[in-house]
Amino acid sequence: MIEVKNISKSFNSRVILENISLQFEKGKANLVIGGSGSGKTVLMKCMVGLLEVDQGEIIYDGKNFSSLSFKERKPFRQDIGMLFQGGALFDSLNVERNVMFPLNMFTTMTLEEKTERVNFCLKRVNLDNVNKLMPSEISGGMKKRVAIARAIAPNPKYLFCDEPNSGLDPKTSIVIDNLIKEITEEYNITTIVNTHDMNSVIEIGDKIVFLNGGKKEWEGTADDILKADHKGLNDFIFASKLAKALKKQI
Amino acid sequence: MNYIFNIGRYWIFMKQLLARPEKFSIYWKQFIRELDSFGYGSMGIITLTSVFMGAVITIQTVYNLVNPLVPLTAVGIVARDSIILEFSPTMMSLVLAGKIGSSIASEIGTMRVTEQIDAIEIMGINSATYLVLPKIFAAMFIFPFVVVISMFLGIFGGWMAGTMAGVITSEVYIRGIQDSFVPYNVVFALIKTITFAYIITTVSSYYGYYTQGGALEVGRSSTKAVVYSSILILIFDYLLTQLLLT
Repeated sequence: MIEVKNISKSFNSRVILENISLQFEKGKANLVIGGSGSGKTVLMKCMVGLLEVDQGEIIYDGKNFSSLSFKERKPFRQDIGMLFQGGALFDSLNVERNVMFPLNMFTTMTLEEKTERVNFCLKRVNLDNVNKLMPSEISGGMKKRVAIARAIAPNPKYLFCDEPNSGLDPKTSIVIDNLIKEITEEYNITTIVNTHDMNSVIEIGDKIVFLNGGKKEWEGTADDILKADHKGLNDFIFASKLAKALKKQI
Repeated sequence: MNYIFNIGRYWIFMKQLLARPEKFSIYWKQFIRELDSFGYGSMGIITLTSVFMGAVITIQTVYNLVNPLVPLTAVGIVARDSIILEFSPTMMSLVLAGKIGSSIASEIGTMRVTEQIDAIEIMGINSATYLVLPKIFAAMFIFPFVVVISMFLGIFGGWMAGTMAGVITSEVYIRGIQDSFVPYNVVFALIKTITFAYIITTVSSYYGYYTQGGALEVGRSSTKAVVYSSILILIFDYLLTQLLLT
């Protein structure tokens, strides 16, 4: 479980996160939703230590991550997998080497063991015969799947996904969403997903947090969200004509 | 103010590089890859520049040597010393700042804007050390070899141009390049080269590492890397010459 306690973050005088407290549960897909500029990515970057919080605490399974030094965070970071918005695959390495990268850095596995693990992870994300392809030779959806394979290769306890569906068609988005959900349940990991894709919210959201203007405005489940009586949230989720039509049916 | 900010951040960046590598074997592989890229990958431009540089120096020296009391062997001496003391270490470093410096800044800058550096950090790896340290060591190791090759090629280019143009005989030129040779000049040139290698890799890496934005900013970082590396090379060229030759 990851706990965020009263965290705030500003850039110069611009407040991005204001006194946010949250709990993300183990074995569940925790979704953070909100419009562009609502602070989702900054919150995630603070949680993984890419940005330092101005105040507050981030607690991983009872251990205060935010109070640790760079060196002390190292073992924690090896338990964290992250899927970036663009995949963030290393351009100079092929798919196999990308997935093998964390294993090369932190394990004493032999090449055969590492290759076996890489093949297992790639198979898990439904990718075959792509090992020797370079990131520039695969599609956006495949890049995301390779990035998931790289994130799960070292068996992380925590998985962070920043806008996993951005730039993907609806069908591929569902594949990625289902994959995240399955991996979360299969490995019993704490997964946090930043998204503004309403399909993801309904499909995989075990717990949903709505951020607006750097503040937590609502939290609940996928079932609650459609019935929620919150103007900001309703304006956000029912913004499109399609969603409005669906709401009328509900 | 911006200069002071950049100088301060540059030294913080240098301190960040001095972390213990996570796994030596990975860094070793990176080092070998960079050696190939910086050394073998630069041989084309180095060969071309050095040969033509030597040729021009020789022909211009002959052209300017109008005093009949000065023997023609002076052409070889001037060509050799100009190439060893200044042209090979400094000119080649400026050429390498353009080729390698821009490549380093754009490679690291692109990694920054596409979140690849964040991906490295997330894994608990010191991204600055992992990306930059092998480049610094590789450049400081391979540049002296590149410059020594450039010296030979420059002197060879001078011989070729001089004899082909018929302005100096082969025998006189060779006697000239052997005359009053000071081995310390080569040592001085190599000290300069190692310093320039450090400047090129660290300054370019610095600008790449702190790139913010998108493709436009990567281009800007690349330009800044070349401009500031070149300026620092010229400043340190003067300082080292003053320090080591006077």
